[in-house]
Amino acid sequence: MESRHDYDDIPGTTVFDAERSRRGYHLNMFCMSLMKAENRAAFKANEAEFLERFPMSPEQRQAVLKRDWNRMIELGGNIYFLAKLFSTDGKSFQFTAAQMTGMSQEQYAQMMLAGGRTPDGNRSKSEWKNRG
Amino acid sequence: MASIYAGLSTSHVPAIGAAIDLGKTGEPYWQPVFAGYEFTKRWIAQHQPDVVILVYNDHASAFSLEIIPTFALGCADQFAPADEGWGPRPVPVVQGDAELAAHIAQSVILDEFDLTIVNRMDVDHGLTVPLSLVFGQPAAWPCRVIPLAVNVVQFPPPTGNRCFNFGRAIARAVQSYPQQLRVMIWGTGGMSHQLQGQRAGLINQQFDNHFLDAIGPDPQSLVRIQPLEYLREAGSEGIELVMWLIMRGALHERVQVLHRFYHVPASNTAVGHLLLDNQV
Repeated sequence: MESRHDYDDIPGTTVFDAERSRRGYHLNMFCMSLMKAENRAAFKANEAEFLERFPMSPEQRQAVLKRDWNRMIELGGNIYFLAKLFSTDGKSFQFTAAQMTGMSQEQYAQMMLAGGRTPDGNRSKSEWKNRG
Repeated sequence: MASIYAGLSTSHVPAIGAAIDLGKTGEPYWQPVFAGYEFTKRWIAQHQPDVVILVYNDHASAFSLEIIPTFALGCADQFAPADEGWGPRPVPVVQGDAELAAHIAQSVILDEFDLTIVNRMDVDHGLTVPLSLVFGQPAAWPCRVIPLAVNVVQFPPPTGNRCFNFGRAIARAVQSYPQQLRVMIWGTGGMSHQLQGQRAGLINQQFDNHFLDAIGPDPQSLVRIQPLEYLREAGSEGIELVMWLIMRGALHERVQVLHRFYHVPASNTAVGHLLLDNQV
């Protein structure tokens, strides 16, 4: 059951609270397993088979296989756990952040060099609704 | 008697650690970041601590979702650098101060701060990047370090008010320790950043600069900042800034700002750093 919180109004942001932590438990614990070299090797050898070791939902498995980061977060993934997965892929935080925002890594890096994404216009879902 | 003679705050961006480890500190992208720590490096060489109480957060390294302690104090003799998925950072093993840590644990629990005692814990970039920024690349860290891990991964982290008051309890604990020790407290993490979702890349320079300006002379104004405001204004990961308030709470009401530094960006994050003299 989805409860409502004041922070649900922040656009493009999923707060990793107790409810999402519960929903994402096995997804995140799968990611945690990639801290071990032998698990990274087994995962790379056969991703779908390795995922069978964890009682994740079919949607979570699909999101992992497709490296759909926003979907993984929606399904209870936490970015610090997901970091084990993109590190296993040899990718950086900046690469993954760019993917989540729908920008190229270069565009994203340029935005950061220019001072980052301003909070103005990005504080409330109502502001995103009003965007063109 | 032990006493806290200074406080320090700094971001702990993992990419900064990678830049140090890979010898990239002189590159144009990184040079301004490291330049911001030169003053502190010189100062601390002349004002060496015996012990640093280092407030940081674990990033799913020592703690998974199996156990999520809000405050966890490292009471072991040693803490190994964590393998965060690409091998441990090539930095020295952290030497703890088990005796002082045990004293702090006992003191703050009786002071009604029910922290978790950890006798085995690997320490990740949250703890080792600040050490590298301040001490460079020595063969051994020049002081003992007591890790204090704060949960900021699963919402909610402790409130700013709770953190500030916890800092006060730590100061009382240190003051009641009979051994002569020079102690520093460091608060790490932040500043504004968001690593997830379509709003990733958020930086709020106004919020950060206000935080840097106020934490010395007027920490009470920051203690009142509510979790929602951190999330909205400083980004979902910017809420790490509550850890700076533990450091500030452990210092006197009046402190002197010896050094202030702010830079955007390091990877996805705004870098902030303060050095506060507690002997004014």
